[in-house]
Amino acid sequence: MLDDFFVRAMLAGVGVALAAAPLGCFVVWRRMAYFGDATAHVTILGVALSLALGMSVFYGALAVALVMALVVSNLTGRGYAMDTMLGVMAHSALAFGLVAVSFLSGVRLDLMAYLFGDILAVGKGDLAVIWGGAALVVALMAWRWQALLTATLNPDLAWASGIDPKREQMVLTLALAVVVAVAIKVVGALLIVALLIIPAASARVLSRDPETMAVGTAVIGVASAMAGLWVSLQYDTPAGPSIVCAAACFFAASATFGRFSLRH
Amino acid sequence: MSLVSLTGVSVAHGDHQALENVDLAISPGEIVTIVGPNGSGKTTLLRCIIGALRPNKGRVERARGVRIGYVPQGLSIDPTLPLSVKRFLSLPRRRRDADVSAALEQAGVAGLEDRQMSALSGGQFQRALLARALLEKPELLILDEPTTGLDQPGSADLYGQIEQVRRDTGAAILMVSHELHVVMSASDRVVCLNGHVCCHGTPEIVASAPEYRALFGTGTRGALALYRHEHDHSHSHDHEHDHGHDHGHDHHKDHQKDRGTHTHA
Repeated sequence: MLDDFFVRAMLAGVGVALAAAPLGCFVVWRRMAYFGDATAHVTILGVALSLALGMSVFYGALAVALVMALVVSNLTGRGYAMDTMLGVMAHSALAFGLVAVSFLSGVRLDLMAYLFGDILAVGKGDLAVIWGGAALVVALMAWRWQALLTATLNPDLAWASGIDPKREQMVLTLALAVVVAVAIKVVGALLIVALLIIPAASARVLSRDPETMAVGTAVIGVASAMAGLWVSLQYDTPAGPSIVCAAACFFAASATFGRFSLRH
Repeated sequence: MSLVSLTGVSVAHGDHQALENVDLAISPGEIVTIVGPNGSGKTTLLRCIIGALRPNKGRVERARGVRIGYVPQGLSIDPTLPLSVKRFLSLPRRRRDADVSAALEQAGVAGLEDRQMSALSGGQFQRALLARALLEKPELLILDEPTTGLDQPGSADLYGQIEQVRRDTGAAILMVSHELHVVMSASDRVVCLNGHVCCHGTPEIVASAPEYRALFGTGTRGALALYRHEHDHSHSHDHEHDHGHDHGHDHHKDHQKDRGTHTHA
């Protein structure tokens, strides 16, 4: 079964959607969309470095994303706003990555695959990495769920309950780096944040509790991955963007439905 | 034995000295109010007590295993986060439905379990925060400007509720407030803060202290007299301090009617 490229693509898409669901909710609740974007962009530098060094793209992307997260959280508040720091880091890393790639012969086409994803080329090894990363992220989110929610509501509320909100922020940053690293092959660095945000935003109007929103996000994310891949196969459209288009359609439907149900 | 004690606590935010050499101890069951102008370090002091800030100098000591309930200032819940009242009260520790209902009732907002936090009025919201703090079964209840955004009757109601909680649970209460006249008279002790402790003592002592008047003027004295009758009704059994009830006063009657729980000795 895993020998069929389409089955592998489906499994990859579903794995990423499941990992992105709980994290995507926090990205929406904590307004971390730009943080996610920046993390995704710097991974291009990680990809370039991995290709140059002949190592696994996953680990290169993961390492660079983690370094950026640590640098940003340490420099923020010293006279720089968070979004300024992210803008500096993300775009310079992306630029350095693109320049670095130009020194490597024969990887120009590969780079396109990392910017826009190449889910149909997912191998069995990639599947193992994706599902391993997804399991890690979902386990981490489940373990820290109550503490993360409390810290998201209010840092002082967390402190008063003996929860260190800075540690919870690090948990999210770490999870974000892992999701970006595993998703880069599926939707590409430019569209990862869409996969984090759009399903979560679609689930918002249908939810009354954080947990139902996380489950709804997972359902919508998985449905988007499947619908996008099916469209991609039927009409020969690029797979990553097709998945995001499917998610956007779900969002439009839920926004319309949500508004409708508010009115009545 | 104090629940919490601060010894020589100093906190600096960069170049700004927010707190300097503050000593404070909270005993079980007392109501302590911190008053002070904006930027006087009131919230900084509370954040030291809950452990959100580490003082640059001095010590913050908590009694072993002391349970603290905390109501933060100006909590706003992002509209992107769906959160029912019941779910909010189960953060960060899961609570049983029966306990949640009991806490809401104790905070004066029974039956709100399934409402969204974002759909609550200002007064209901503050009481939901109070209910969440009560679920800790606190020995010390800390409230930072609990009446922010409430009108005067709403504030008076909430303070009444807080006194009721003290009567029911015997928890010590540490409060920060701007509403000097209302809060001070309900307190056992008042600490006037302006970076350092300017003066402290019973409401009467603080209100007549020159340091306090220098900060707030004398205008609140009349109001203090007006609200004196609020001073701690649970002490009706050991009347060693004179409450000086001003029964002839119209405001007094109005207030009594509003609160409806007076038991004058």
